[in-house]
Amino acid sequence: MITLTPLRNFDVPVHASCINPDEFKSKTLKEIAELPVTEGNRNLTLSDLFKIEQDKTETPSITLNGDFKKVKRVGQGMKTGEIIINGNAGMHTGERMAGGKIVINGNADSWTGSEMKAGTIEIHGDAGDYLASPYRGSGTGVKGGYIIVDGSVGNEVGCYLKGGVIKIKGNAGIFLGYHMTDGAIYVEKQCSSRTGAAMTGGKIILAGTVTELMPSFTIDSIKPKVKVDATQSVAGPFYVFLGDLADHGTGKLFVSKTNNPQLAFYEKYL
Amino acid sequence: MAEILVKNGFVVDPTNKIDGEKMDIAIKDGKIVKKVNERKAKIIDASGLTVMAGGVDIHSHIAGAEVNMGRLIRPEDHYKDAVRKTKLTRSGTGYSIPSTFVTGYRYSTMGYTTVMNGSFAPLKAKHVHEELNDIPLLDKGTYPLLGDWWFVLENLAKGDIEECARHVAWMMQSTKGYAIKVVNPGGLESWGFGHNVHSIDDQVPNFCITPREIVRGLIKVDKMLNLPHTIHLHTNNLGQPGNYKTTLDTMRAIEDLSTDGKPVAHITHIQFASFAGDDWGKFRSGADEISKYINAHNHITLDMGQVIFTDTTTMTADGPFEYTLYTLSGHKWVNSDVETEASGGIIPFTYKKNNAVNAIQWSIGLEIALLVKDPWKIFMTTDHPNGGPFMSYPRVLAWLMSKKAREATLKRCHKKAQKKSLLPSIDRELSLYELAIVTRAGTAKALGMPNKGHLGVGADGDVAIFNINPETTDIAKKYKAVRKAFKESVYTIKDGKIVAKDGEVVDNTTPGRTMWVDVKTKQPCIINEEMKRKFREYWSIEYENYPVSDHYVKVSDKLTVEASV
Repeated sequence: MITLTPLRNFDVPVHASCINPDEFKSKTLKEIAELPVTEGNRNLTLSDLFKIEQDKTETPSITLNGDFKKVKRVGQGMKTGEIIINGNAGMHTGERMAGGKIVINGNADSWTGSEMKAGTIEIHGDAGDYLASPYRGSGTGVKGGYIIVDGSVGNEVGCYLKGGVIKIKGNAGIFLGYHMTDGAIYVEKQCSSRTGAAMTGGKIILAGTVTELMPSFTIDSIKPKVKVDATQSVAGPFYVFLGDLADHGTGKLFVSKTNNPQLAFYEKYL
Repeated sequence: MAEILVKNGFVVDPTNKIDGEKMDIAIKDGKIVKKVNERKAKIIDASGLTVMAGGVDIHSHIAGAEVNMGRLIRPEDHYKDAVRKTKLTRSGTGYSIPSTFVTGYRYSTMGYTTVMNGSFAPLKAKHVHEELNDIPLLDKGTYPLLGDWWFVLENLAKGDIEECARHVAWMMQSTKGYAIKVVNPGGLESWGFGHNVHSIDDQVPNFCITPREIVRGLIKVDKMLNLPHTIHLHTNNLGQPGNYKTTLDTMRAIEDLSTDGKPVAHITHIQFASFAGDDWGKFRSGADEISKYINAHNHITLDMGQVIFTDTTTMTADGPFEYTLYTLSGHKWVNSDVETEASGGIIPFTYKKNNAVNAIQWSIGLEIALLVKDPWKIFMTTDHPNGGPFMSYPRVLAWLMSKKAREATLKRCHKKAQKKSLLPSIDRELSLYELAIVTRAGTAKALGMPNKGHLGVGADGDVAIFNINPETTDIAKKYKAVRKAFKESVYTIKDGKIVAKDGEVVDNTTPGRTMWVDVKTKQPCIINEEMKRKFREYWSIEYENYPVSDHYVKVSDKLTVEASV
């Protein structure tokens, strides 16, 4: 196991896509120390910014202790191994990851798990905007994998989702699951407006209160419970909405009936 | 560096019929000369290397409002391909729509020295020239869209070809253009009303004219004005299954206009105009029919518009075609109607090997390029960025020169495409000599540039040196090495200056010239109150402010021609 600790506080962003189990594997401590990172516009090596220690334990492969909020692209494109971040994580953590596991014992910044294909990300704090969403303008969504957030998430989470599961135990912001085509998103508490805009497939499960429902969704049925993934199903009852009709979509939006009495008028259309 | 001597290279210069001969090339004051003083000149030892003229690209969208709009809507295209600044070069972004400086650098490191901008709406001429000024290391030219300009349509509908010619001459001077570009004749005007034309004999709304009459009329205009290039034509029904028939109709409709056996039209990105089959499900290649026709006739030149399997951005003045693409892909779409002149559309697009239509498209481009026997008739392009970014040219060259390379790609394509492709039956492999024709000699000839595309005495001092030894390398077998060699020239010399070396830009003082045609008509175009009134009523720019003034073009290379009207 490699342990990294920041030597000081960072004022400007640090790009450190080399913090990656695949990159560290089969490298000596000295080689790891010389991996390139940038701080602002300066080209530096890993050892210029972090204290690097090694011990014999196998898992996790990398432990990051301290505040990594300014450190971007940790675990980018990783395929195997495990990273534990004991502190806040920076932007683009786990971007394009294709396997392995990242555990964040703190808050995660925006674009965590962007364009990921497989693997697991556990966030034991809040996550920022664009969790599991592609970069601005892009339509390359998450293809698979599993993301679990203990806290709340920001806006535009799970955009262009093509597969995989996102579980959020707190609140979610606007445009959750924008343009998604497949996969599942589960929000336990409050969810803000414009959920599932332009979605054409997949499912969004909202167990808490909903601020507003898009008018381009139509009610389909009421179900007593709903399955999130193979391991979890949630007890309802749930209103089932289909949409987004503006995009001829057949995505499913499950909204808790008990927590949303304001939606009761939909029942007359059943 | 005033004098350069390139020694002992294998020179490939099809214009002067030199095929791999070991000889020296001398350059003095930016021109190729017979000899230079060896003691004073900078000597480049090119032994074991191939020496060609600088590349000439006949059709590539590198500048203008459309290109810039493409940049604007695609942040995701840029951030994965960021280019850092160096001591000499400026920073920028790629990939499918590189920023201006990066465009110049990337073309130059591939051995290109001249690039023609595929089209622009005349209204946006100033924008085009601002961007061309910013593209370094290349000579540039640009083609104004004139096929749907109201003055052209009106005069042709009246049958007044001479008056039409004078208006085109005025427009050529005003926009500092190089050739007449015609895109989906009649279709762009119809698109302003939400319609399209579907054959060359459909009526254009409000004008009592057909695409056939527009194309024939503008070819006559082109001849009257003695323009260096033929008309540059993007045919009707582009990108629709079964459109090879329209393309053949268009080619047949202008057969009689070629009197001296010379080409009268250049049909651009022919791949997109050679689709057979009734719908996307029955989609197949029309390459056989098109190439048979081209082999039997001499009045047309073509360029490939080859498709590359990559994420790219499509942009064309053909608004209705982009709408079709939008309905197919559902991707973000820009649609525009340019006042009285043209329309336009932009959509990001990804060509995939496992998509049957895309894979067949890939096959069509190569099939035509290989089935057309005379390399002076078809040139290599990807219609950058519509078929793929220009950085992919080395890959296209590899497919052209090596059956092995084609097979390697075809075997990973969609099964339907593999079954339908004619490529397995084609054994032709282009030689270095033929590659030099399709990338420089042929294009320069078609563009009417006597000083470009060759290394004869008096030609521009534009030279590209590649790490290919034709004596020891079988290019068809070692296609990967040759592909790499074409990607990074050993030296690129522009106007007698070394601008790139081993894939790195080494000179930032060569801005490159903007070539444009100044047509001298015997009688000037009648600028009466009526024309000014129309400008006031229909354009957002006044007549007086419309022309691009001389100071707008940083390094102007004016070609004056005498028109016969």
